[in-house]
Amino acid sequence: MATVVMTSLDSKSRAASRGLSDIKIRNLFIVPTILFLIVFNIFPLIYSLGYSFTDFRASTNAPATFVGLQNYRELLNDPFIWANFAITAKYVIVSVTGQVVVGFGTAMLLNREIPFKGLITTLLLLPMMLSMAVVGLFWKLLYDPSFGIINYALGLGSFEWLANPDMALYAVAITDIWMWSPFVMLLSLAGLSAVPRHLYEAAAIDRAGPFYTFFRITLPLVAPILMIAIIFRTMEAFKTFDLAYILTSQPTTEVISIRLYKMAFQEWQTGRSCALAYIVLIMVLAITNIYVKYLNRVKER
Amino acid sequence: MAAVQTRSERALNLVAIAAVLVITLLFLAPIYWITSTAFKPRNLATTIPPTVIFEPEISPFVKLFTKRSQLRAAPEPEDYAAAPWWERLVFEGGEKVVRSGRGEVQLSGYPNRFMNSLIVAITSTVLAVGMGTFTAYGFSRFKMKGEADLLFFILSTRMLPPVVVAIPMFLMYRAVGLNDTHWGLIILYTAFNLSFSVWLMKGFIDEIPKEYEEAALVDGYTRLEAFFKIVLPEAATGIAATAVFCFITAWNEYAFALIMTNRRAQTAPPFIPSQVGSGLPDWTVIAAGTFLFLLPVAIFTFLLRNHLLRGMSFGAIRK
Repeated sequence: MATVVMTSLDSKSRAASRGLSDIKIRNLFIVPTILFLIVFNIFPLIYSLGYSFTDFRASTNAPATFVGLQNYRELLNDPFIWANFAITAKYVIVSVTGQVVVGFGTAMLLNREIPFKGLITTLLLLPMMLSMAVVGLFWKLLYDPSFGIINYALGLGSFEWLANPDMALYAVAITDIWMWSPFVMLLSLAGLSAVPRHLYEAAAIDRAGPFYTFFRITLPLVAPILMIAIIFRTMEAFKTFDLAYILTSQPTTEVISIRLYKMAFQEWQTGRSCALAYIVLIMVLAITNIYVKYLNRVKER
Repeated sequence: MAAVQTRSERALNLVAIAAVLVITLLFLAPIYWITSTAFKPRNLATTIPPTVIFEPEISPFVKLFTKRSQLRAAPEPEDYAAAPWWERLVFEGGEKVVRSGRGEVQLSGYPNRFMNSLIVAITSTVLAVGMGTFTAYGFSRFKMKGEADLLFFILSTRMLPPVVVAIPMFLMYRAVGLNDTHWGLIILYTAFNLSFSVWLMKGFIDEIPKEYEEAALVDGYTRLEAFFKIVLPEAATGIAATAVFCFITAWNEYAFALIMTNRRAQTAPPFIPSQVGSGLPDWTVIAAGTFLFLLPVAIFTFLLRNHLLRGMSFGAIRK
């Protein structure tokens, strides 16, 4: 009967024999998307894998020469590339830690009865919906040493943020924290509001202290969702390009995506940049794998 | 919450509410500053102490949409008399600007970039949500081998760093002439949003009870009719939410647009930063351009507020 047909794809059944068969419909619905992604995502990557073994430069008409693993060997032995990775790692740590502290902290504060809670939450979420490049540009004015409101509000005089090699990366991270703490807050709030009330009541009856309650009840129950937020933000921070590229041009803020962009589209070392792209790609896919595992785990709960 | 609160609990609550208000104001401060700068006369945009109270002007928007050359002298009276009302606003701002070469005031690059953004974002959204809905239904209702692997493959395409994809795409587009075209960007944004759309729509379609279609099939509908007449109307909210997410992503995208376009098809995100050249930028004009660009997203965020959590977690977390 029809109820069985829904998932069994039984072509002999009555319902499935009318019109297109279920298998045909399934393929009709799924195959175009898979093909589209293969043509516009996977094929280009195969194309660039080929170029990564050559000395091709897209700015000249010279044909590409096969150089084997030379690009990879040189990149992995290049201390400057490792410096770019180190800057990226520092950026990821500062930015994600800041987002977790601010985001989770705000979620803890919001997780109670507050007048206009819905409106406040929506307003807090606004920054993460905006364009990084466009809003990031405006932060240049906010950070301006002579007339920026940040220095004015903090009484820092003419403190240099973006032109200061030691400060620039932190300035970029602060803007990123402003944009993406709301994301951590949103997910944390969902986790916090799902903690059953009776657990807190039981803890109160047992005269458990606030620290015990937090570390033994709140944190373990919120952890899976918080992990999703942390892994996702780690991945995004690792790939970061827009903000750092727009806000500064300091060597101390040259994260790996910016190095890759310059290598590919300013120095036109196409072959070498394809090799670097592959190194970055493998790292991103590793994080994605962990991310999807957590997504599915939370989904199944 | 317990009906009876102790005094310390109540005090703690008040402190938390006050802290939330302070945090909210801090988070909104940059957005407020963009908005207020967009309506300031130029000489009040960069003052110390910052100007908070002022008479709002729309001259930044006039300057945003038009282009003129700067002269050292103030405009002649006959120039002023001949100028349309919006041009007078610019003169009255005290800026020594007149019509470029005493010829026509030209349209600036902004309206064109804004239109490009609209064309690219809307077309790619329609394609991504359209294809994504069909695919999500396929995954939601039919079993297949390697389903989890396929879904992982689809999601992983979304996670690729834009610059990594852009290098080969740039070469391929150059070969087929898609560089600096609307379709070039539309294809990239559709591919980027397609995976998101599949994951999110699958969550929405999973929630529609299968019994609805079963009843329709028993009534003599074909599977396709059941999909179009039963499932699609039920999924309308989900489709709308997914579309808004895809639109915002495409609207905000920067790296692909920077690499793949330069004049004809350039969208607003790479254009707005390019206005800050050398010398002192006119921040009121940049703020005006930023304000207009952010406005649609701010409106959509309010419409979308109940679905944000779901969208941001690729449909894994539902409220």
